[in-house]
Amino acid sequence: MIAVVDYNVGNVRSVCNAFRHIGCPVTLSRDMAVLQDAAGLVLPGVAAFGYAVNALGSAADLVKQLALNGKPLLGICVGYQMLFDESFEYGRHEGLGLIAGSVVPIPPEQTVPHMGWNQVLLAEDIDLFVGLGAQKHFYFAHSFYAKVTDAKAKIAYTDYGFSLAAVVQKENIYGVQFHPEKSGKTGLRVLENFAKICEKPPNKFGG
Amino acid sequence: MLTKRIIPCLDVKDNRVVKGVKFLNLRDAGDPVELGARYSDEGADELVFLDITATIRFRKTIVELVEKVAENVFIPFTVGGGVQTVEQMDEILRSGADKVSVNTAAVDNPALLTEAAQRFGSQCVVLAIDARRSKTKPGRWQVCVKAGSEPTGLDVVEWAVKGEKYGAGEILLTSMDADGTKAGYDNELNKAVSDAVNIPVIASGGAGKLEHLYDAIVQGGADAVLMASITHFGNCTIRQMKEYLANRGIAMNL
Repeated sequence: MIAVVDYNVGNVRSVCNAFRHIGCPVTLSRDMAVLQDAAGLVLPGVAAFGYAVNALGSAADLVKQLALNGKPLLGICVGYQMLFDESFEYGRHEGLGLIAGSVVPIPPEQTVPHMGWNQVLLAEDIDLFVGLGAQKHFYFAHSFYAKVTDAKAKIAYTDYGFSLAAVVQKENIYGVQFHPEKSGKTGLRVLENFAKICEKPPNKFGG
Repeated sequence: MLTKRIIPCLDVKDNRVVKGVKFLNLRDAGDPVELGARYSDEGADELVFLDITATIRFRKTIVELVEKVAENVFIPFTVGGGVQTVEQMDEILRSGADKVSVNTAAVDNPALLTEAAQRFGSQCVVLAIDARRSKTKPGRWQVCVKAGSEPTGLDVVEWAVKGEKYGAGEILLTSMDADGTKAGYDNELNKAVSDAVNIPVIASGGAGKLEHLYDAIVQGGADAVLMASITHFGNCTIRQMKEYLANRGIAMNL
């Protein structure tokens, strides 16, 4: 069972619908026992960063502890951005600090928000991409992006006038800036891969 | 590079997809959930559902429709029609929509855009503008509200710029003069607005042939093209549209 962390923000339903559509059992919850028992956690996110962090509230520590103890965690969009140290969307807000980096505005020379389908160069060593080939389009909708400074993080990029980190993996912690639940068949494949990872989590000590 | 988007639009009235000409003479085009799923399978980049049953008041039935669409469609979709408050937007987003479009309510109260952007992020907030060409001022357009029935006196380009400042993340720009005519988009309008704002502009109204899509993107500067008549009743598939545009050098998600 995969648990989608319920923290009262928009569009969590779509993530659950997508897992159900691929035949993966899923539950929406912020209950400690449910999150602890889950094979993997998904931190969704459609909200402004500050609103999302406040809404996550006390569940933040639990999600962080479970991830640090090796449970696979997938952050999506703002859920991905929350994996980092801090964000500057409508003021400075602290994130979960699981991956070193900051969330900053997309440069104003680009159309903001970055919204639509963009091609991600799929790094072979990120197991979310198994079976997807070298590059695929995914659906993005965001105005801020993560500047990743974590030396242990593997990163896959998309080109938006600059190299924008679209996917980050650090051991059992995964984040995608795009919306796999809204990226058609390709996105559903990413969620299938995450479900498989949850059945057999990567060894967090690298062995 | 970001691809240009093909967005079929489903106007929904009494739980059926309908399509008219210049907002009148509606024809039935099918079941919204089935049609939405079909367009998604055919490669649409996004969908727009507009509840045109009640143009002024928000209806709970749209929420039920959103739930059903979200169970069957795994591409982004925007929902609009009579949305007046942030609470209603929240309900629509929670039910599975990705963006909410506001039109009349934003004209009445532009701060609604700001409130929504701060709560949901501006990428969820679509400002829909129904534009009618001015009879007195050449090269200008007037904003109409209440499903196009009420002219406001607001200038479309000025309103688009203001809407962006207030927090809109995207503009759905419908030419009422071109709507349903299949005679091509109003690219003078599209260009005037896309030059004036930094957020994406969706061109809407008038698509009838493949070259119209190309013109809206190249001449009109649109980031996305919306169509209804040609996908509902025409003989042109989404795949054909994308292949045509890709062959003419436009970045597409194929």
